[in-house]
Amino acid sequence: MLIIHCPYCGDRPELEFSHGGQAQVVRPADPSKATDAEWTQFLYLRKNTRGLFAERWRHLRGCGRFFNAIRDTTTDQFVVTYRAGEQPPAIGSGGAL
Amino acid sequence: MGNHAVKTTAPVAVDMSWLETPASTARLSFRGNAAAIAAASTAFGVPLPTEACRAATVGTRSALWLGPDEYLLIAPESERLAIIQGFVRDLAAHPHSLVDVSHRQNALIVKGPHAVWLLESGCPLDLDLSRFPVGMCTRTLFEKSEITLWRTGTDTFHLEVWRSFMEYVTALLTETAHELPA
Ligand SMILES: [Zn+2]
Repeated sequence: MLIIHCPYCGDRPELEFSHGGQAQVVRPADPSKATDAEWTQFLYLRKNTRGLFAERWRHLRGCGRFFNAIRDTTTDQFVVTYRAGEQPPAIGSGGAL
Repeated sequence: MGNHAVKTTAPVAVDMSWLETPASTARLSFRGNAAAIAAASTAFGVPLPTEACRAATVGTRSALWLGPDEYLLIAPESERLAIIQGFVRDLAAHPHSLVDVSHRQNALIVKGPHAVWLLESGCPLDLDLSRFPVGMCTRTLFEKSEITLWRTGTDTFHLEVWRSFMEYVTALLTETAHELPA
Protein backbone atom coordinates (compact mmCIF):
# COMPACT_ATOMS: atom_id res chain seq x y z
CA MET A 1 0.00 0.00 0.00
CA LEU A 2 1.17 3.52 -0.81
CA ILE A 3 2.32 5.44 2.26
CA ILE A 4 1.61 9.17 2.35
CA HIS A 5 3.33 11.47 4.82
CA CYS A 6 0.76 13.64 6.62
CA PRO A 7 2.51 16.83 7.78
CA TYR A 8 0.63 16.51 11.08
CA CYS A 9 0.40 12.75 11.78
CA GLY A 10 3.38 11.27 9.95
CA ASP A 11 3.45 8.29 7.59
CA ARG A 12 0.00 6.83 7.04
CA PRO A 13 -1.68 4.41 4.58
CA GLU A 14 -3.21 5.97 1.47
CA LEU A 15 -6.65 4.56 2.39
CA GLU A 16 -6.98 7.34 4.94
CA PHE A 17 -6.50 10.15 2.40
CA SER A 18 -8.62 11.89 -0.17
CA HIS A 19 -7.46 13.89 -3.17
CA GLY A 20 -8.25 17.61 -3.18
CA GLY A 21 -7.27 18.70 -6.67
CA GLN A 22 -4.76 21.26 -7.91
CA ALA A 23 -3.15 23.42 -5.24
CA GLN A 24 -2.71 27.18 -5.21
CA VAL A 25 -5.88 28.02 -7.10
CA VAL A 26 -6.44 31.57 -5.89
CA ARG A 27 -9.97 32.87 -5.45
CA PRO A 28 -10.50 36.36 -6.97
CA ALA A 29 -9.85 38.97 -4.28
CA ASP A 30 -12.96 40.94 -5.17
CA PRO A 31 -15.42 38.36 -6.54
CA SER A 32 -18.03 40.89 -7.67
CA LYS A 33 -15.47 42.53 -9.95
CA ALA A 34 -14.22 39.30 -11.52
CA THR A 35 -15.07 38.80 -15.16
CA ASP A 36 -16.78 35.67 -16.45
CA ALA A 37 -13.46 34.59 -17.90
CA GLU A 38 -11.76 34.97 -14.51
CA TRP A 39 -14.53 33.00 -12.80
CA THR A 40 -14.29 30.28 -15.40
CA GLN A 41 -10.55 30.10 -14.81
CA PHE A 42 -11.02 29.89 -11.04
CA LEU A 43 -13.91 27.42 -10.99
CA TYR A 44 -13.25 25.04 -13.85
CA LEU A 45 -9.88 25.24 -15.54
CA ARG A 46 -7.16 23.03 -14.11
CA LYS A 47 -3.75 21.98 -15.28
CA ASN A 48 -3.17 18.42 -16.34
CA THR A 49 0.54 18.30 -15.70
CA ARG A 50 2.66 15.33 -16.63
CA GLY A 51 5.35 15.08 -13.97
CA LEU A 52 5.68 17.05 -10.75
CA PHE A 53 2.36 18.58 -9.78
CA ALA A 54 1.30 20.62 -6.73
CA GLU A 55 -1.90 19.22 -5.24
CA ARG A 56 -4.09 19.48 -2.18
CA TRP A 57 -4.71 16.34 -0.21
CA ARG A 58 -6.79 15.73 2.89
CA HIS A 59 -6.06 13.30 5.72
CA LEU A 60 -9.76 12.56 5.78
CA ARG A 61 -9.72 9.45 8.02
CA GLY A 62 -7.03 10.85 10.30
CA CYS A 63 -6.51 14.41 11.52
CA GLY A 64 -8.96 15.66 8.88
CA ARG A 65 -6.65 18.44 7.72
CA PHE A 66 -5.98 19.62 4.18
CA PHE A 67 -2.31 19.90 3.22
CA ASN A 68 -0.22 20.37 0.10
CA ALA A 69 1.73 17.74 -1.76
CA ILE A 70 4.03 17.63 -4.74
CA ARG A 71 3.42 14.39 -6.57
CA ASP A 72 4.84 12.97 -9.75
CA THR A 73 1.80 12.18 -11.87
CA THR A 74 3.71 9.66 -13.97
CA THR A 75 5.00 7.52 -11.08
CA ASP A 76 2.50 8.44 -8.31
CA GLN A 77 5.48 9.20 -6.08
CA PHE A 78 4.92 11.84 -3.42
CA VAL A 79 8.06 13.99 -3.55
CA VAL A 80 7.15 16.12 -0.55
CA THR A 81 4.15 17.13 1.57
CA TYR A 82 3.81 20.33 3.58
CA ARG A 83 1.22 22.15 5.65
CA ALA A 84 -1.31 24.48 4.08
CA GLY A 85 -0.06 28.06 4.21
CA GLU A 86 3.60 27.06 4.09
CA GLN A 87 5.83 27.73 1.10
CA PRO A 88 6.61 24.66 -1.01
CA PRO A 89 10.16 23.43 -0.42
CA ALA A 90 12.55 23.83 -3.33
CA ILE A 91 12.61 20.78 -5.59
CA GLY A 92 15.78 20.07 -7.54
CA SER A 93 15.62 19.94 -11.36
CA GLY A 94 11.87 20.20 -11.21
CA GLY A 95 9.31 20.13 -13.93
CA ALA A 96 6.99 23.10 -14.16
CA LEU A 97 4.73 23.22 -11.12
CA MET B 1 -28.44 -38.88 -4.10
CA GLY B 2 -27.76 -41.63 -1.60
CA ASN B 3 -28.73 -42.07 1.96
CA HIS B 4 -25.84 -40.18 3.37
CA ALA B 5 -26.57 -38.74 6.74
CA VAL B 6 -26.12 -34.99 6.76
CA LYS B 7 -23.35 -34.12 9.08
CA THR B 8 -24.30 -31.28 11.34
CA THR B 9 -22.06 -29.41 13.68
CA ALA B 10 -23.13 -27.42 16.67
CA PRO B 11 -22.33 -23.69 16.44
CA VAL B 12 -18.82 -23.11 17.68
CA ALA B 13 -18.76 -21.18 20.90
CA VAL B 14 -16.54 -18.17 20.35
CA ASP B 15 -14.41 -16.90 23.19
CA MET B 16 -15.52 -13.28 23.59
CA SER B 17 -13.26 -12.40 26.51
CA TRP B 18 -11.37 -9.94 24.27
CA LEU B 19 -14.40 -7.64 24.04
CA GLU B 20 -15.87 -5.21 26.54
CA THR B 21 -18.58 -2.61 26.06
CA PRO B 22 -18.15 0.14 28.65
CA ALA B 23 -20.96 2.01 30.34
CA SER B 24 -22.29 5.18 28.78
CA THR B 25 -19.83 8.01 28.70
CA ALA B 26 -19.81 11.74 28.10
CA ARG B 27 -18.05 12.73 24.87
CA LEU B 28 -17.32 16.27 23.81
CA SER B 29 -15.78 17.40 20.57
CA PHE B 30 -13.64 20.47 21.22
CA ARG B 31 -12.04 22.77 18.65
CA GLY B 32 -10.11 25.98 19.16
CA ASN B 33 -6.81 27.80 18.69
CA ALA B 34 -3.75 27.56 20.97
CA ALA B 35 -5.12 30.04 23.53
CA ALA B 36 -8.45 28.22 23.66
CA ILE B 37 -6.65 24.87 24.02
CA ALA B 38 -4.71 26.23 27.01
CA ALA B 39 -7.91 27.52 28.61
CA ALA B 40 -9.66 24.22 27.88
CA SER B 41 -6.87 22.32 29.63
CA THR B 42 -7.64 24.28 32.81
CA ALA B 43 -11.42 23.99 32.44
CA PHE B 44 -11.29 20.25 31.77
CA GLY B 45 -8.55 19.49 34.27
CA VAL B 46 -6.50 17.54 31.75
CA PRO B 47 -3.64 19.10 29.77
CA LEU B 48 -4.77 18.75 26.13
CA PRO B 49 -1.83 17.10 24.30
CA THR B 50 -0.12 19.25 21.69
CA GLU B 51 1.81 16.27 20.32
CA ALA B 52 0.01 14.71 17.38
CA CYS B 53 -1.98 11.50 17.99
CA ARG B 54 -1.56 11.41 21.75
CA ALA B 55 -4.05 11.13 24.60
CA ALA B 56 -3.75 12.42 28.15
CA THR B 57 -5.67 11.15 31.16
CA VAL B 58 -6.14 12.65 34.60
CA GLY B 59 -8.34 10.60 36.93
CA THR B 60 -11.54 9.70 35.07
CA ARG B 61 -11.13 12.28 32.29
CA SER B 62 -9.23 11.89 29.02
CA ALA B 63 -8.36 14.24 26.16
CA LEU B 64 -7.57 12.71 22.77
CA TRP B 65 -5.72 14.69 20.07
CA LEU B 66 -7.63 14.17 16.82
CA GLY B 67 -6.25 17.10 14.81
CA PRO B 68 -4.08 20.21 15.35
CA ASP B 69 -7.08 22.12 16.71
CA GLU B 70 -9.44 19.25 17.49
CA TYR B 71 -9.88 17.01 20.53
CA LEU B 72 -12.22 14.37 21.79
CA LEU B 73 -12.89 14.77 25.51
CA ILE B 74 -14.10 11.70 27.39
CA ALA B 75 -15.48 11.71 30.95
CA PRO B 76 -18.04 9.89 33.06
CA GLU B 77 -21.62 10.63 32.03
CA SER B 78 -22.35 12.09 35.49
CA GLU B 79 -19.82 14.90 34.89
CA ARG B 80 -21.11 15.96 31.48
CA LEU B 81 -23.16 18.98 32.50
CA ALA B 82 -20.54 20.31 34.91
CA ILE B 83 -17.87 20.12 32.20
CA ILE B 84 -20.01 22.01 29.70
CA GLN B 85 -20.83 24.67 32.29
CA GLY B 86 -17.13 24.96 33.13
CA PHE B 87 -16.26 25.62 29.48
CA VAL B 88 -19.02 28.20 29.18
CA ARG B 89 -17.61 29.93 32.26
CA ASP B 90 -13.85 29.69 31.53
CA LEU B 91 -13.71 30.02 27.76
CA ALA B 92 -16.05 32.96 27.22
CA ALA B 93 -13.14 35.07 25.91
CA HIS B 94 -11.90 32.39 23.48
CA PRO B 95 -13.61 31.57 20.20
CA HIS B 96 -14.06 27.79 20.25
CA SER B 97 -16.59 25.07 19.63
CA LEU B 98 -17.72 22.44 22.10
CA VAL B 99 -20.18 19.87 20.78
CA ASP B 100 -21.80 17.15 22.85
CA VAL B 101 -21.31 14.00 20.78
CA SER B 102 -21.99 11.58 23.64
CA HIS B 103 -24.60 9.66 21.68
CA ARG B 104 -23.03 9.88 18.24
CA GLN B 105 -20.72 6.99 19.00
CA ASN B 106 -20.11 4.21 21.46
CA ALA B 107 -17.00 2.61 22.86
CA LEU B 108 -15.56 -0.88 22.50
CA ILE B 109 -12.63 -2.21 24.48
CA VAL B 110 -10.57 -4.80 22.62
CA LYS B 111 -8.10 -6.45 24.95
CA GLY B 112 -5.95 -9.44 25.63
CA PRO B 113 -3.05 -11.22 23.92
CA HIS B 114 -4.90 -11.29 20.58
CA ALA B 115 -6.03 -7.64 20.60
CA VAL B 116 -3.46 -6.46 18.04
CA TRP B 117 -4.07 -9.47 15.83
CA LEU B 118 -7.83 -8.89 15.89
CA LEU B 119 -7.55 -5.19 15.07
CA GLU B 120 -4.99 -5.68 12.34
CA SER B 121 -7.53 -7.82 10.51
CA GLY B 122 -9.30 -4.61 9.51
CA CYS B 123 -7.06 -1.67 10.37
CA PRO B 124 -4.28 -0.62 7.94
CA LEU B 125 -2.04 0.89 10.64
CA ASP B 126 1.06 -0.80 12.02
CA LEU B 127 0.03 -1.56 15.61
CA ASP B 128 3.44 -2.74 16.77
CA LEU B 129 4.28 -1.13 20.12
CA SER B 130 7.21 0.73 18.55
CA ARG B 131 4.92 2.40 15.99
CA PHE B 132 1.71 2.65 17.99
CA PRO B 133 2.75 3.03 21.65
CA VAL B 134 0.54 3.12 24.72
CA GLY B 135 -1.16 6.52 24.86
CA MET B 136 -1.36 6.93 21.08
CA CYS B 137 -4.75 7.68 19.55
CA THR B 138 -5.97 8.51 16.08
CA ARG B 139 -8.89 8.41 13.74
CA THR B 140 -8.39 5.67 11.21
CA LEU B 141 -10.35 2.99 9.38
CA PHE B 142 -11.56 -0.44 10.39
CA GLU B 143 -12.53 -2.06 7.11
CA LYS B 144 -14.95 0.56 5.70
CA SER B 145 -15.86 2.22 8.96
CA GLU B 146 -14.14 5.22 10.46
CA ILE B 147 -13.06 4.57 14.04
CA THR B 148 -11.02 6.34 16.69
CA LEU B 149 -8.38 3.97 17.97
CA TRP B 150 -6.66 4.60 21.31
CA ARG B 151 -4.11 2.28 22.88
CA THR B 152 -4.68 2.44 26.64
CA GLY B 153 -2.37 -0.48 27.50
CA THR B 154 0.06 -2.86 25.85
CA ASP B 155 -2.80 -5.28 25.16
CA THR B 156 -5.76 -2.93 25.50
CA PHE B 157 -7.38 -0.69 22.90
CA HIS B 158 -10.28 1.72 23.26
CA LEU B 159 -12.33 2.11 20.07
CA GLU B 160 -14.84 4.84 19.42
CA VAL B 161 -17.30 3.72 16.76
CA TRP B 162 -20.19 5.71 15.29
CA ARG B 163 -23.39 4.03 16.41
CA SER B 164 -24.65 3.06 12.97
CA PHE B 165 -21.33 1.27 12.31
CA MET B 166 -21.14 -0.48 15.69
CA GLU B 167 -22.85 -3.68 14.53
CA TYR B 168 -20.61 -3.80 11.45
CA VAL B 169 -17.38 -3.41 13.42
CA THR B 170 -18.40 -5.81 16.19
CA ALA B 171 -19.55 -8.45 13.70
CA LEU B 172 -16.28 -8.29 11.74
CA LEU B 173 -14.18 -8.54 14.89
CA THR B 174 -16.28 -11.47 16.09
CA GLU B 175 -15.93 -13.16 12.70
CA THR B 176 -12.16 -12.81 12.98
CA ALA B 177 -12.27 -14.13 16.54
CA HIS B 178 -13.63 -17.43 15.17
CA GLU B 179 -10.12 -18.07 13.92
CA LEU B 180 -8.58 -17.76 17.35
CA PRO B 181 -7.26 -21.05 18.74
CA ALA B 182 -9.85 -22.54 21.07
ZN1 LIG C 1 -2.98 13.73 9.57
